[in-house]
Amino acid sequence: MAYGETPSQTVGPYFAYGLTAGQYAYDFTDIADPTVAGPDAAGEHIRITGTVFDGEGNPVNDAMIEIWQADANGVYSEKPVDVSETGFRGLGRCGTGTDAKLRFWFDTVKPGVVEDAGAPFVNVIVFMRGMLVHAFTRFYFDDEAELNAKDPVLQSVPADRRDTLIAKRVETPTGIEYRIDIHMQGDAETVFFDV
Amino acid sequence: MSTFKPRDWGSHAPYIAPGYKSTILRGPTQAPLAIKSGVSEGTGPRFAPASVRELDFDLTKNGVVNGEPLGERIVVHGRVMDTDGRPQPNILVEIWQANAAGRYVHKVDQHDAPLDPNFRGSGRCFTDDQGNYKFYTIKPGAYPWGNHFNAWRPNHIHISLFGPGFATRLVTQMYFPGDPLLDLDPIFLGTEDAAARERLIAKFSIEATEEGFALGYQFDIVLRGRNGTPMEN
Repeated sequence: MAYGETPSQTVGPYFAYGLTAGQYAYDFTDIADPTVAGPDAAGEHIRITGTVFDGEGNPVNDAMIEIWQADANGVYSEKPVDVSETGFRGLGRCGTGTDAKLRFWFDTVKPGVVEDAGAPFVNVIVFMRGMLVHAFTRFYFDDEAELNAKDPVLQSVPADRRDTLIAKRVETPTGIEYRIDIHMQGDAETVFFDV
Repeated sequence: MSTFKPRDWGSHAPYIAPGYKSTILRGPTQAPLAIKSGVSEGTGPRFAPASVRELDFDLTKNGVVNGEPLGERIVVHGRVMDTDGRPQPNILVEIWQANAAGRYVHKVDQHDAPLDPNFRGSGRCFTDDQGNYKFYTIKPGAYPWGNHFNAWRPNHIHISLFGPGFATRLVTQMYFPGDPLLDLDPIFLGTEDAAARERLIAKFSIEATEEGFALGYQFDIVLRGRNGTPMEN
């Protein structure tokens, strides 16, 4: 290894006017936003929502969540992400400081199963003030129990912690929602991965 | 697609670094579980050219309303490469920072220092085919924060990069050489390895300095390298 990695540093509390400008109403463009798949994307349209909790169980109002996922056919997009795109983008970014209940949300389609996995899932990165290094996790889906049982990564997680990675399907008047909270610490501490 | 070498945790801070108090309740307490890197980690977003507009790389101009922003103009440039020294072309680099007085545009920032009506403090650019990037900006000021009595953040610029894959994602901060606050800053010091910390400090560069216009700083950014062999199917 010729060069050492540049250390990670915290995203801090003031990222919004640089990274999530549209969501927070700053005068700057976005390269990504909470829409991962626009209305023209093929697949089952869903919303993923959740809250990030700190070690005292308080919701975090200055986290930023990013997701990267395959399309409904289980393929990661090679097309450049473009926020004017009305189809599938693959990337989403959302801060937790604008929703009244401090939730993150993503409007997307349910991903298909990618080539080296057993079940559908969304890749997730958690950033916030108080994290010097971002943390990787995944969201799986609770209505895919059969496939979840075949997913090598999910099955590598101790059984008593697997539930922290599984979003719960809820039918709401506005459509299908999957709900999953991120617990940074405590009995329900989310499983994070060394990716 | 290839996979990336494992993260070198020795170059990074622990999740809980008690000197930086917010980590105590926000850092995961359980060690991250290692997983075999595959297509999900090896792929990552690319961005449309329209993601970067003409003035996005020039923070001395991209927030102008009725005049020039106040403060010391600087030009920050460097190369994005991997741990094997391979340049990383076409990488999106996003930055944000405080103004010369140490005040962020962010609504939550309550520091009693003036906003600059002509400075927003955010920008972005792509690296060129040699992995080089360049921003014009204003040297950010130091500012107080609530971590401990008389705590001040050293001058810094926040930098966010996607790199070639989801696994290479990096958010970091660039510091300035000779800043006396560095040795007192629990965020900078959160990285325990002194040699790794040095990689967070830009170098003053007279070569990059533009005559009569702006002081030059060089800040190279090193992302994880690729494994030598293509991924097995």
